[in-house]
Amino acid sequence: MSEPAPPRSHLARRRALVGAGFGVLLLAGVLVSAVVGQLAVSPAEVLGSLLRAIGITTPWAPQDPVVDAALWVVRFPRIVMAMGVGAALAAAGAVMQAIFGNPLAEPAVVGVSSGAALGAAIAIATGAAALGEGAVAIAAFLGGLLATFLVYMVSRADGRSEIVTLLLTGIAVNAFGGAGLAFVLFLASTASREQIVFWQLGSLSGSLWRESLLVVAVAVVGVVVATALGRRYDLLALGERNARHLGVDVERLRLGSIVLVAVLTAVAVAFVGIIAFVGLVVPHLVRMLVGPAHRALVPLSALGGAVLLVLADLLARTIAGGAELPIGMLTSLVGGPFFFALLWRQRRRSGGWA
Amino acid sequence: MSPAERLDADPVAGPASEPAVLRARDAGLELGGRTVLDGVDLEIRAGEVLAIVGPNGAGKSSLLAMLSGERAPSRGAVELDGRPLASFSPVELAQRRAMLTQDNALSFPFRVREVIEMGRSPWQRAPERERDEGAMISAAARADVTHLLHRRFTELSGGERARVSLARVLAQDTPVVILDEPTAALDLRHQEDVLRVARALAAIGGAVVVVLHDLSLAGSVADRVALLAAGRLLAVGAPREVLTAESVGAVYRIEVDVIEHRGRLLVVPADPRARPE
Repeated sequence: MSEPAPPRSHLARRRALVGAGFGVLLLAGVLVSAVVGQLAVSPAEVLGSLLRAIGITTPWAPQDPVVDAALWVVRFPRIVMAMGVGAALAAAGAVMQAIFGNPLAEPAVVGVSSGAALGAAIAIATGAAALGEGAVAIAAFLGGLLATFLVYMVSRADGRSEIVTLLLTGIAVNAFGGAGLAFVLFLASTASREQIVFWQLGSLSGSLWRESLLVVAVAVVGVVVATALGRRYDLLALGERNARHLGVDVERLRLGSIVLVAVLTAVAVAFVGIIAFVGLVVPHLVRMLVGPAHRALVPLSALGGAVLLVLADLLARTIAGGAELPIGMLTSLVGGPFFFALLWRQRRRSGGWA
Repeated sequence: MSPAERLDADPVAGPASEPAVLRARDAGLELGGRTVLDGVDLEIRAGEVLAIVGPNGAGKSSLLAMLSGERAPSRGAVELDGRPLASFSPVELAQRRAMLTQDNALSFPFRVREVIEMGRSPWQRAPERERDEGAMISAAARADVTHLLHRRFTELSGGERARVSLARVLAQDTPVVILDEPTAALDLRHQEDVLRVARALAAIGGAVVVVLHDLSLAGSVADRVALLAAGRLLAVGAPREVLTAESVGAVYRIEVDVIEHRGRLLVVPADPRARPE
C-alpha cells in the first residue's frame, strides 16, 4: 500500500520521451509527405532543396526546376498548413476540455467549427470575401466565437458540463450551423457554392504560403498562451469554487479561454474547412501518456496534433490512387468510432449519461 | 492541547487577547430576494477554532460563503485583517485564507501529489514557493494521505478524497482556514484526526472556522461555538454555554441530552424509547 510515490523526474522523463517521439514522427511524416505524390521526388532531393534554401549547396539539390516548384509551391506550404491546423485544433480541444471540465468537449463536436464555417460561408456568399483575404478569417472567427459562447452559456452548471447537456447543445448548434450553411448554399452563386462545399468537407489542397504561415503563427501564439495558463487550467479541474478559493480569477480565465478557443478553431477552419475530432482524439491520447497536467498537455497535444494531421493528409492524398479524399472526412471516419468508444466507456463508468 | 486542557484554558472568549482576523459586522445576505443571513456579528481570532452549528437551512453554508469572500454581503461588511474582503485580489485572498468545500470532484485523473500541490498555487510568484515541497509533504502527512501520493485522485474512495482535499487546503498554508463539514465522509479515526489537525492549526496561531453537523464533535474541537438558526446568530460562546439541552432542543426541535464525559461534551438525542410517539 505504502510503496513510494514515483519521483517527479519520472514524469518529466516520460514527457520528454513523448515529446521526442512526436518529434521523430513529425519529421518522418514531413519527409514522407514531401517525397510521395504524383511527381516522384527522392528523399535526397528534398534534403538538398531544403539545404539550398538556407544557403548550403549540396550535390543532392534537385536539378529540375519542376521538382523544386513541386516542393516549394505545392508540398511544403501544404505540410506547414497541416502542422499549423493540427496544432491549433488539438490545443483548442485541450483548452476547451479544461474550461468545460469535460474530456468530451471538442470544437467540432460542440459546434464551434460549424459556427466558424457558417461565418466563412456568409462572407463568401455575400461577397464580403472580396474585401480582402482577412474577411473570411474574421467572419469565421466571429461565427466560432458566437457558437462557443452559446454552447458555454447553455451547457455549464457549477463549472462543469454534463455530457448529455454538452452533446445536446452541440447537436443544436451543429444543426443550426448546418441549416444556415445549406441556406447560404441555396442562395449562393455556383462559384461561391463550390468554395463553400470545400469548407464542409475540409481539405488542405491549394494551401498558400501566406495562409499556412498565418495559421502556424496563430497556433504558436495560442499554444504559448494556453501553456502559460496551464496551472490555472489544472485548478479548474477542482471545480469553479475551489479554483476561485485558490486565487484563480475564474471569470476572466473563462472569457479569455473562450476567445482563445474561437481564434484557434477559426484560423484553422477559415483556410481548410471543418476537420473534426482532432481536438478530441489527440488530447485524450496525450493525457493517457503524460497525465492531465496542462503545462505538458497543451504543448504536447499541439505537437501530437501536428503529427496527426501531417499523417492524415498524407493518407488523404495517397490512399485512393490519383484521387484525393477530403481530410475532414478521413478524420471523422477515424474520430467518430473513437468518440463513440470514449462515450461508451464513460457511460459504463458513471452508470448513466451524467 | 487535549480537549480537557483546552476547556480549562479560557472557557468564555477563547484567546480573547488575540486580535480578530476575520470579522463580520452586522452582515446580511440576500439570495434571490430571500434573506438568508441577517445581522450577523462574528469575530474569528487568531489561535482559535470556531465551530458554526445549526439545523439544515439555517444559513451555515451561506455564512461560510460570505466569510470566505465567495459572496459579498448584501448589508454590513466582512473584513479580513481589518480590510474589506472585496478589496483583496483573488491571489491575495488565497494567500490569507484557505477553504475546504464539500466539492471533492475532479474533472481529470490527476495524481494525489498533483492535487495537493494545487494548494500551493497562490504562492507561485511569492518567495514562499521555496517551501512548496515541504508544505506538500507535511500537509499529506497531517491528513494521513502520504501512502496515496502516487495514486490517481479519481480512483480514491469518498473518505480518501475528502482527506486529500484537506491536505490540499493545509498545503495552502494560510493564517485563516475555513472548513465546510470536513468530517462528513470520514470514519471515526479520521474524524478525530481532522479535529486534531484543526486544533494544531489554532495552536500555531491559525484562525479556524469549521461547520460541523455533529454537535459532539463541535463541542470537543471548538474554543467557541456559533449557533445559527434561520439566518441569525442565536448564541456565540464556549461550547458548554451554547450547547445546552434547552438551546439545542429549541433550535433543532428535538429533545437532547448534553453529557459531559471525560472532559468531552456529548450531545445525544434523548432515547426515543423513553418517550411515547
